[in-house]
Amino acid sequence: MERHLTLEESYGYDRKTLEYIRKAAAHGLYEIRGMGAKRKLPNFDDLVFLGASMSRYALEGYREKCVTRTLLGTRFAKKPVELEIPITIAGMSFGALSANVKEALGRAATEVGTSTTTGDGGMTQEERQSSKTLIYQCLPSRYGFNPDDVRRADAIEVVIGQGAKPGGGGMLLGQKVSARVAGMRTLPAGVDQRSACRHPDWTGPDDLAIKIQELREMTDWEKPIYVKVGATRTFNDVKLAVHSGADVVVVDGMQGGTAATQTCFIEHIGIPTLAALRQAVEALEDLDMKGKVQLIISGGIRSGPDVAKALAMGADAVAIGQGVMIALGCNGDTYRQNGQNISAVADYNALGAAPGYCHHCHTGQCPVGITTQDEILEQRLEPAIGAKRLKNYLKTLNMELTTIARACGKQNVHHLEREDLAALTLEAAAMANVPLAGTNWVPGRTGGI
Amino acid sequence: MENLTFDLSETPVNTLNHYLHHEAPKGGARKIIVTHPDGAHNIAVGLDCPVEVEILGHVGYYAGGMNKAARIVIEGSAGTGVGENMMSGTVHVRGFASNGAGASAHGGLLIIDGDAGLRCGISLKGGDIVVGGSVGSFSAFMAQAGRMVICGDAGDALGDSLYEAVLYVKGNIKSLGADARIEPLADADIAAVSNLLQQAGMDHAPRDFKRVASKRELYHWNADANQEY
Ligand SMILES: Cc1cc2nc3c(=O)[nH]c(=O)nc-3n(C[C@H](O)[C@H](O)[C@H](O)COP(=O)(O)O)c2cc1C
Ligand code: SF4
Repeated sequence: MERHLTLEESYGYDRKTLEYIRKAAAHGLYEIRGMGAKRKLPNFDDLVFLGASMSRYALEGYREKCVTRTLLGTRFAKKPVELEIPITIAGMSFGALSANVKEALGRAATEVGTSTTTGDGGMTQEERQSSKTLIYQCLPSRYGFNPDDVRRADAIEVVIGQGAKPGGGGMLLGQKVSARVAGMRTLPAGVDQRSACRHPDWTGPDDLAIKIQELREMTDWEKPIYVKVGATRTFNDVKLAVHSGADVVVVDGMQGGTAATQTCFIEHIGIPTLAALRQAVEALEDLDMKGKVQLIISGGIRSGPDVAKALAMGADAVAIGQGVMIALGCNGDTYRQNGQNISAVADYNALGAAPGYCHHCHTGQCPVGITTQDEILEQRLEPAIGAKRLKNYLKTLNMELTTIARACGKQNVHHLEREDLAALTLEAAAMANVPLAGTNWVPGRTGGI
Repeated sequence: MENLTFDLSETPVNTLNHYLHHEAPKGGARKIIVTHPDGAHNIAVGLDCPVEVEILGHVGYYAGGMNKAARIVIEGSAGTGVGENMMSGTVHVRGFASNGAGASAHGGLLIIDGDAGLRCGISLKGGDIVVGGSVGSFSAFMAQAGRMVICGDAGDALGDSLYEAVLYVKGNIKSLGADARIEPLADADIAAVSNLLQQAGMDHAPRDFKRVASKRELYHWNADANQEY
């Protein structure tokens, strides 16, 4: 009798799990990697817009006026941040990114009229010069934190957490701690640098309120103060941030990117952006602070429809990290240098990756020159080319946003509302507090959150 | 040049800070005297010129925070985060200091005549701190650069995850934190301690201090070190 192979893969011990266990057994160390959660999560793709028809009046696709101007920090700051579009560039550290990339981000943001944000490790000259509007992060590590830079910034963002690692501090492995990075962070070059997970000079929301006041006193109450949290207990966190005196709250969902974090954090800590956004908006509504304290949402925002849906759910603006990197060339097969397209495939392979699958930002050996401090690799991303790609990407998102808003009959993208949305899945309906398409049913609505 | 007095029982802290940011650099007053601070927060934060400020009483959080160049004397005790993130200049607390004194200071000198609370010198990045009394637990946590001279005792987990900062302790150390160790005192250490004590106006024999620095075993993330990451 012929013998058959019976290859029944285990659901619980699938190949990915077997690989994980083997790696753990070989190394005795958890994995660290870059980018965001890779698992499938309910996200903005699970929502659709209810465009105008009989009961709503549509605006003509690209001619009729549709306002995108966005004001952030109107609560206390004498000089709120004024942006031409509600799509901002998320905080990414110099150290994680090269100085060339920081410059490209600043140039593109300035051209489209939006803001860029510093990151762990302080402010570089390149990004201050190239960015019209630069948000300066105040992180637990306080690496390179400097009162002169506080004064040179357009707003301050107190970072409490990130969606990729709520509760976790930062990491920058030694390969990326070049002499310049080390100097800015006051560390010996080449150390595997750990950033603190708690701020050194305050511990709870009551302290934070005083810390925020200090930053206001420092800057004569001119600059908006943002507070950024990773998405976990978002309803309470947003309320506490508002009580602490934030002008703007930034909520980063679990899909949010990172340059280097434990995989077990990336995939297992935090809640999806969709769920976090809903809770954040409800917190502001509960406090009657909607529109008074602005909300920026981030974590897996990729496209114009994502931005439009985020605004419809109640965000005032979005912030983007991974999408920005991909626009620059991350995960692409080639890089462009001296006018030529050059294959990066062999370099991906050398990292044990391939274009389209890479999450190796932590290694500092980015094949396309984005997340690196290596003098040769960083040449692979020329600031002018990066800036052009990013400008096009941001323009495309903004065009999609406005065209969707017009289709929903809105003259201002900030007029998009939850009522314009329907959900395609039960999970998304429940998380986003949006009715399942074809019904008026929102699972859990009566049960509260 | 006259002294100028701000009475915080009548004037908001904001007015004082505004003066210190915008008028003090013009060099109008010799010394700024602050009366009735009564524990107010954020007094004299973000100064950026070599002005002298004397605060007559107790202050709340972050007094002298992010200081550059100014000389600030607190004739009383200070709340959390006194002299936090200072870059240069001097902050002198004549009384006691609460938690996180000198947190993340990049430069300058913080002098505390009395005791300091938890996490004194946490995340220190190059400043010097001299404490006449004792410091609480977790002091110098993740301190990266700079020096601390502690004339009294230190609490638990002193210097946990230290980088390149160096700590000198005269009294007992309840426990050392991860990666911190006691090292022999070299001539350069004696000179450093003596100089810092002199600047702080404190009288102790530098030889009586122990030097605490990093073992540097947590500098690299690898399996062989068997680290509890
Ligand atoms: C390379 C990289 C570096 C980052 N560095 C920081 C940082 O220094 N500080 C911070 O608050 N967030 C940092 N983040 C997180 C982003 O600010 C943002 O929250 C996240 O990227 C948003 O999600 P998205 O990447 O899916 O757009 C970083 C993200 C990336 C991809
Ligand atoms: S291509 Fe570069 S930026 Fe993109 S994931 Fe790989 S290492 Fe990171």
